[in-house]
Amino acid sequence: MMAWQLFITFAQIGLMSIGGGYAIIPLIGEQVVHKAGWISQQVFTDIITISQMTPGPLAVNTSTFVGIQVAGLWGAVAATTGAVLGGVVIALLLYRFFEKHRQSTYVFEILNALKSASLGLIISAGAAIMLLAFLGTSSFEPHSLMTNMNWVALVSFVLLLFLLRKWKINPMLIMLISGVSGLIFYL
Amino acid sequence: MAKPVKTYLWLLATNLFISAFTFGGGYVVVPMIRRFFVQKKKYFEEKELMDMAAVAQSTPGAIAINLSALAGYRVGGVPGAVISCLAALIPPLAVLGVISVFYTSFITNAVVAAVLKGMQAGVAAVIVDLIIDMCAMVLKQRSAFLTAMIPAAFIANFVFGINVAIILFVSCLLCVLKVFWHHALLMRKQAKR
Repeated sequence: MMAWQLFITFAQIGLMSIGGGYAIIPLIGEQVVHKAGWISQQVFTDIITISQMTPGPLAVNTSTFVGIQVAGLWGAVAATTGAVLGGVVIALLLYRFFEKHRQSTYVFEILNALKSASLGLIISAGAAIMLLAFLGTSSFEPHSLMTNMNWVALVSFVLLLFLLRKWKINPMLIMLISGVSGLIFYL
Repeated sequence: MAKPVKTYLWLLATNLFISAFTFGGGYVVVPMIRRFFVQKKKYFEEKELMDMAAVAQSTPGAIAINLSALAGYRVGGVPGAVISCLAALIPPLAVLGVISVFYTSFITNAVVAAVLKGMQAGVAAVIVDLIIDMCAMVLKQRSAFLTAMIPAAFIANFVFGINVAIILFVSCLLCVLKVFWHHALLMRKQAKR
């Protein structure tokens, strides 16, 4: 059963990927390109590019794409269900556990630690996005800061952040405005 | 926890909407959930959102889907979680399903590329806005330990590229040790008396 194999493979990928984002790319590649051989490395690279261009998490986008290529619509449903099911169940159980044992000093402190650490990780993701938006790279190089700087992106970032801080504008509106400004400046 | 059908419909529509706008990684869902669940509908408080974000981040799978499920669970129990999860999955499934048919022309399309490049600045602004508010909340707790953990986790991940799971595990361990140490000190003080 192809759909079952897709489900199992993506369930493994989903369960092994903590923290999400681009850290799980090699993990997915290992499974679908090298082990199962469902798609080629070229197609896999294309999927990552598409994933950056479309809404939704990388794991979900990859599972949908691979599922469709391998076994049509039901393949996509099976692969995507596998990718998210384990994580959602574990998240719900952990959340319920924290809610129940909030009085325990240990649980309370662990939750506080997770909050602080994951905030640090969100800042890390934010920094990576800012590098990509302003410099077009994923690594920081101070000496080429001025030459590579995308001033359009920097100015629109400052303006959008001002809109958000001052008038608490809907984040979706920010996405629409920035998308349209992309059409104006980059096309 | 039976809720009126209206609540479930709201969960369905809101998660469909949020998911369709989640460009640039799962973290963008946090400000979206904050906007609709916390600020507009007041289903729960910002503090609880931070708990959920921490749990969604520390468990396997996609952060965006886990967070949608947790927010749905908080509002409408298990049915709420299931509905939110399905709603969050439909947009990427539909979009990728269509794109997979003619994906080479999509990748090379100049209009698509321009819109996405513009959106990078928007994503950055939305995330920085969220970071400012979240940092303020941690600072409010006046714990030097928890405050120091933010830059420490950032540097460990961004500069040294240490695995997320390891960072989360070590910070939990440090916290447990700290509580343990605190208890031991307290015991010794009492023994002296």
